[in-house]
Amino acid sequence: MSKIGVFVCHCGENISATVDCVKVAETAGKYDGVTFSIDYKYMCSDPGQTIIKNAIKEKGLTGVVVASCSPRMHEPTFRKACAEAGLNPYMCEMANLREHCSWVHEKGEETTEKAIDLVRILVEKIKYNQSLDAIKVPVTKTALVIGGGIAGIQASLDIANTGHKVILIEKDPSIGGHMSQLSETFPTLDCSQCILTPRMVEVAQHPDITLYTYAELESLEGFIGNFKAKIRRKSKSIDEKLCTGCGLCTTKCPNKKIPSEFNEGLGTRPAIYVPFPQAVPNKPVIDKVNCTYYTKGKCRVCEKVCPTQAIRFDQEDQIVEVEIGAIVIATGFTVKQPDFFPEYGYGKYPDVITGLQFERLASASGPTLGEIKRPSDGKIPEKIVFVACAGSRDQAKGIPYCSKICCMYIAKHAMLYQHKVHGGKSYVFYMDIRAGGKMYEEFVRRAIEDDGVNYVRGRISRIYEKNGKLIVNGADTLLNAMPVEIEADMVVLATAGVANEGAEELAQKLHVSYDPYHFFAEAHPKLKPVETNTAGIFLAGACQAPRDIPESVAMASGAAVKVAALFSQDELTREPLIAVVNRQAAPVYSSCVGCFLCQSACPYQAIEREDIKNRAGEVIKSVAKVNPGLCQGCGTCVAFCRTKSIDIQGYTHEQVYSEVMALLNEY
Amino acid sequence: MTLGFYPGCSLKGSSREYAESVLAVANAFDIQIREITDWNCCGATAAHNMNRELSFSLPARILSLAEKQGLQEIVVPCAACYSRLTVTKHELAKDPVLKNAVTEANGLDYSGAVEVLNIIQMLNKYVTPNLESHVVRQFDHKVACYYGCYLIRPHEILKFDREEDPQSMDELMLKAGATPIDWAFKTECCGAGLSVSRTASVGRLSGKIIGDAKDRGAEVMIVACPMCHSNLDMRRNSINEYLGEKVDIPVLYITQALGLAIGLERKVLGLQRHFVNVTV
Repeated sequence: MSKIGVFVCHCGENISATVDCVKVAETAGKYDGVTFSIDYKYMCSDPGQTIIKNAIKEKGLTGVVVASCSPRMHEPTFRKACAEAGLNPYMCEMANLREHCSWVHEKGEETTEKAIDLVRILVEKIKYNQSLDAIKVPVTKTALVIGGGIAGIQASLDIANTGHKVILIEKDPSIGGHMSQLSETFPTLDCSQCILTPRMVEVAQHPDITLYTYAELESLEGFIGNFKAKIRRKSKSIDEKLCTGCGLCTTKCPNKKIPSEFNEGLGTRPAIYVPFPQAVPNKPVIDKVNCTYYTKGKCRVCEKVCPTQAIRFDQEDQIVEVEIGAIVIATGFTVKQPDFFPEYGYGKYPDVITGLQFERLASASGPTLGEIKRPSDGKIPEKIVFVACAGSRDQAKGIPYCSKICCMYIAKHAMLYQHKVHGGKSYVFYMDIRAGGKMYEEFVRRAIEDDGVNYVRGRISRIYEKNGKLIVNGADTLLNAMPVEIEADMVVLATAGVANEGAEELAQKLHVSYDPYHFFAEAHPKLKPVETNTAGIFLAGACQAPRDIPESVAMASGAAVKVAALFSQDELTREPLIAVVNRQAAPVYSSCVGCFLCQSACPYQAIEREDIKNRAGEVIKSVAKVNPGLCQGCGTCVAFCRTKSIDIQGYTHEQVYSEVMALLNEY
Repeated sequence: MTLGFYPGCSLKGSSREYAESVLAVANAFDIQIREITDWNCCGATAAHNMNRELSFSLPARILSLAEKQGLQEIVVPCAACYSRLTVTKHELAKDPVLKNAVTEANGLDYSGAVEVLNIIQMLNKYVTPNLESHVVRQFDHKVACYYGCYLIRPHEILKFDREEDPQSMDELMLKAGATPIDWAFKTECCGAGLSVSRTASVGRLSGKIIGDAKDRGAEVMIVACPMCHSNLDMRRNSINEYLGEKVDIPVLYITQALGLAIGLERKVLGLQRHFVNVTV
């Protein structure tokens, strides 16, 4: 027989102004199973909680209904109070008399009647409540960071510096990402590599970071604290232990005409290559697609010249299996290539380049050693046009969003051009100048006022070549849309920042959500910017949306703190309000018939197959089983189950049914 | 199967040589063509600036007639007519209220089942597969294929091959033995209706097109729109005035060029009707 206590709170006047709390408590006291009922001005206060605790002890209560505010507000408070008095916290329920009743209705009989109803349904429900225990799951204190750009580097270092292990994987032969390609950085014009390379070296030397370059995630299973990842380490065709990074092979490789990815196609590299001099690790890989030996079966020059016999043509991809507790996705972004813009030359004019290519031209480590020379003939451009929003903010191109970093890097580009080409003329065509950020607006003004960059507000309609010049047609919308035609020597398109190719596939591997543009989706746009909807998986940098360096770094540190917080516990505690598939005595074992409709319905891959075996080890029946670590308690499986074999703990069929019946039955 | 034919006003008047060449080429390839009976104005640019419902009712009536006359597919050589008919089909398909209003105004059933082909689509479907065997004289000239606007915009609805740098006319001409030039003015504005009100503007706009084609060595301009043709051909005096030189590159409808390639008589193709002498 239940011994239920009902505790009605006035919430100052929040409830009692429209609800007759005394009457609610009196009426509840007469219900079957209710042995104690009382009203009090502030049930959440210390004296209020004491009333509850004392009643539990003195009356031997088996259930507690607190009729006060929303459970979102004080459920933890009252459940804790119950636990302190020796009652299982899940034997405490809250009737929401404030948000669901007193705040939304006028004072009157009917309002009080509704409050009484709200209490009664919980009195009936709690008769079927069962003691539940919080779920504990262990935590593997190793993090996997995917992507070795600045965001991944920062996240790895921050996590490793809290004393936890990190596995950093990078798909390219070196870490460094886009930041290593940049010349100078806004708004300070300090050299990008000079501030980045020390971090890269730190990663390589950190005792708690395992670095796998030329590696990609193959698959992932498991759940927060307990993931299992398979990593494909692509064959580099060298024995990294033997290779000293002397670079002889790269200088002797006869096939040197391969467009360099690092230089955005503006320079070339050999088939066995280190992407750039400061690469980490500074050891080459063989590009099998372009290597003469791999394509034609002859050559092996690198093997002949290698002083340590480190070349391994027969090396195969290796799959590494690791156990990890958390993941930081930091896979970054890419930019649209000029062939996306038929009106701007469709990739056929060599002197129409992307912003990222301009970075390489302006970089001291680039193909022109930092001199601004145009790709077609190496001439120094006397007139240069920068086109902002090439693709971005353009519904017709399918990219309605702002790429965010372009306004700033264009100002930087134009400034660098003016610094390097004295007497040169630069034009920036823009829609708006979006320079929100510390020292950002000042930076743009400097480009305009000190360096004399011509900013023209308007769009470019077409670019074509005529007599060796690029004719740029546009409009100046501040001069009544007057047509503008500029004969330029070079054009830089600030092409839209977009998600990496394969981002969608990776998201599906990781079971994280992504937006229509394939950027990974954060759990909450304001309050959970580095979390994903999948517990234990976090985001850093431009894989979530176009981001500049300071933002990527801040995000990475944020994600690292989330990982560190997770790793600060030996076990994770979770609410036990999850789905369970019933189990019964033999020979039924479970009412589950093994249709596994629930498995297809579960958005969290939390439903597993369990084989029930007899003593001889033969499978008698296959039934569904819920993985308590993965289940989020959404209840979708419950709705799908045809035999009503699944219940959400705390919201069982019996409990919900009794609530409904309490409303239907007259008292 | 019989292919329906909607000529529109231009093909009965200022650009009758376009109609002549379309029918001549169709005949050469044994394509049965039947003109829609009792057709009306497509509304062109005037209607959609004045009354939205009217601008869809006019083309819808043409489509309803085609349907009623048992035509499953119609070819609309005029780019402006093609645009109006296709946009109407698109709008009526997504807006049942508008469709009802239009059907009521016309007093004719409309199902939207009639396929509307522009001249390029028609040629690619019925001519290209047999073109090679019909060519008796390679159209061995450097050609500038000029697409204009109506054939390709709005891209969401018309879905022409490549919005800013279309290719399909070039590909067709290549098959007829021509050498299409790579140029940047394929879709630039010719001045369109300003031909009537501001002839000098057309001289400037069309002048840039002709000028660039000439600079890149084009010998013939190829078009698929009566408006483009009249601006590039009929307004050649204004164009030459703008360019400051006499440029005599002829402007041919794509069907005229193909007609020459398959050995049709010049007169059948209406080449004598142009302002700029067709010397090729």
